[in-house]
Amino acid sequence: MTAPTASTAPVAALALGDDALVLSHRLGEWAGHAPVLEEEVALANIALDLLGQARLLLSMAGDEDELAYLREERAFRNVQLVEQPNGDFAHTIARQLYFSTYQRLLYGQLAAGDTEFAGLAAKAVKEVAYHQDHAEQWTLRLGDGTADSHERMQRACTALWRFTGEMFQPVEGLDGVDWEGLRAVWRKSVEGVLGRATLTVPEGPQSGAWTAGAGRQGLHTEPFGRMLAEMQHLHRSHPGASW
Amino acid sequence: MTNTDWPLWEVFVRSRRGLSHTHAGSLHAPDAELALRNARDLYTRRGEGVSLWVVPSAAITASSPDEKDPFFEPAADKPYRHPTFYEIPEGVQHL
Repeated sequence: MTAPTASTAPVAALALGDDALVLSHRLGEWAGHAPVLEEEVALANIALDLLGQARLLLSMAGDEDELAYLREERAFRNVQLVEQPNGDFAHTIARQLYFSTYQRLLYGQLAAGDTEFAGLAAKAVKEVAYHQDHAEQWTLRLGDGTADSHERMQRACTALWRFTGEMFQPVEGLDGVDWEGLRAVWRKSVEGVLGRATLTVPEGPQSGAWTAGAGRQGLHTEPFGRMLAEMQHLHRSHPGASW
Repeated sequence: MTNTDWPLWEVFVRSRRGLSHTHAGSLHAPDAELALRNARDLYTRRGEGVSLWVVPSAAITASSPDEKDPFFEPAADKPYRHPTFYEIPEGVQHL
């Protein structure tokens, strides 16, 4: 059993699939730790939506289990934003706002296009619309809430800003996506939410030397290795095990 | 998990068009908008509904268990209140 290398697998399916898989795992880490039971279910629900998308996408690229559990860190093609640790609840919500807004716009374009992802995107975009709404509702309440929640939400939005530029790197195989248009609409949408939440849109470049962003090339941040170790250890310890 | 002072909400789910909303349970949420979303996640994620209501639990006035007898007992022995003495015309269903 050898894991397929990234070069033989469709690049786009891996990129989108890994985004969904990694964010799903991060959100799953909230189970048992969320601030309230209702919110724990909401986050787990979003995680399961993403896991479903990841399964379909990774199946397009090869064997889903091999791809998820037997690849090394550098073979993953997700953007670095989704692998960032949960942090406090505000960090999780900022990550959700940035990513779900991007994913909704991207899937909207894919659904209207004629690539092999059109069908999947048309179904997933409804799920993602809910993820975006969830993130938006919380951003408004935390940003325009207490002094403490405002400060934490602002800190989270600022801390994760440098990871957002990477999302708009063109992905090979997603022909027909208007990446610059995507970036412009994303920015307008996020600015709108942050403005209504009385938060300041972070300053600083989204791309360039001081930003993060080589996840699509297989370079990941330090916390990702530990996350993968936890995600993969069961499958690696008991190859082929099933329920 | 820590306790919260979020208010309690009662959730009503309409399972199909044409049926009425039925009480499904309760949840905590900071406000009505989030209560609706929590209700969606807790009570309709397996396709149980087409419409949701959330109502602040505090807004519900309930009959007291102590008043159970004066409230409900007298109804038990008055069979003449039930429409069982009429002949049902042919062709009438679900009566």
